[in-house]
Amino acid sequence: MITFVQHVGRLGLSICTEVGRAGLFLSKSIWRKPRSSQKLHLLAHTLFNSGVLSLPIIIVSGVFIGMVVGLQGFNILNKFSVTSELGQMVALSVVRELGPVVTALLFAGRAGSALTAEIGLMKATEQLDAMEMMGVDPLGRIMLPRLLGGFISVPLLTIIFCAVAIWGGDLIGVKWLGVDGGAFWSNMQNSVDFRLDVVNGLIKSAVFGVVITWMAVYQGAAAVPTAEGISHATTRTVVYSSLLVLGLDFILTAMMMGGW
Amino acid sequence: MGQKSLETLVGFFILLAIAGLLMLAFKVSNLTTYQGNDTYDVKAQFDNIGDLKVRAPVTVAGVKVGQVGSIVLDPQNYRATVILRMDKSANYIPDDSSASIFTAGLLGSNYISLSPGFATQFLKDGDVISETHSAIVLEQMIGQLLFNVNKNKAGAGDSANADKS
Repeated sequence: MITFVQHVGRLGLSICTEVGRAGLFLSKSIWRKPRSSQKLHLLAHTLFNSGVLSLPIIIVSGVFIGMVVGLQGFNILNKFSVTSELGQMVALSVVRELGPVVTALLFAGRAGSALTAEIGLMKATEQLDAMEMMGVDPLGRIMLPRLLGGFISVPLLTIIFCAVAIWGGDLIGVKWLGVDGGAFWSNMQNSVDFRLDVVNGLIKSAVFGVVITWMAVYQGAAAVPTAEGISHATTRTVVYSSLLVLGLDFILTAMMMGGW
Repeated sequence: MGQKSLETLVGFFILLAIAGLLMLAFKVSNLTTYQGNDTYDVKAQFDNIGDLKVRAPVTVAGVKVGQVGSIVLDPQNYRATVILRMDKSANYIPDDSSASIFTAGLLGSNYISLSPGFATQFLKDGDVISETHSAIVLEQMIGQLLFNVNKNKAGAGDSANADKS
């Protein structure tokens, strides 16, 4: 019995130290001296790696999610013979919920795991230590551009996902199932509010971007420098950031619906 | 891949996101409609607004000419004060028009319909629409209907009893 309580205590302590370490890591990487413009190409490089290279999967899944929401929505709305409201249904569900969450999950799988593996491998091959020996600060040179790149690219990817998914809904609803195009778009415009729906969705995705990138970079930096350690760290990145995204999504949605 | 082409691709990525945001702003959401100064406010007081919501449409003969700006309860006379945010281009509505609250379809949302009067003065900013008709509350109508049916039945029963005696 006492050992069980001991185990619980140890687990609690280790969770606390882990969270504290991750927080210190984030603040140390973000707050540093003004960067020279030469660092900008590092940022461009990570934007390319985590943003541009994620575009194909984001666009393809956006189109398919838009199409499937259109198809499902059409079948439900057809029962009440209000298929003209299809645009509203597709746009609201994509902009408020599916866009930010699905983009975040895909980003965690596509870019988050790659970040962890890259940094973990750098640590395992002692590149980070070598940098420090050369007088280059690995936090500023490696971590900071990767963090910023992730923070920037998740909201941008979410915007693209939403636009593409609504186009996919239009493709299915209007072009294939024959919903009236004018009603589709005008009902959508009447019901979607820029401040309450679009901006709130983007706030969510910005939070998700911070959480995923932070988790990915920290897990890479804290990985046990062996092949097995890196594989564990990569798994942890995807699992933890997916869980955090889903949990935070609920909390943020509840706060936004509560009128915060 | 060289640094130049990499930066070009990142630039395209950002431009694509901006284009997506513009589409979300202007094609998907209501950012363009009824914003800024191209509206004027008209006040109307109703006994009961039913299920009327802010941003519900205001129509004349079914054509949208504005939307509901805000709804507050008047503390003096306990009536609902509704601010109608009218489109500036609809500046030809007579000021003795009457406002009624209707329901779109059997289960649809409520909207305000203005029936034009005959005055030569037009509604302008800050005017008050004096003649209003409250929302028709479906539950009350059904209640009245049931009450009347029961009364008729009871009345019929009484008269039958009276015949017997």
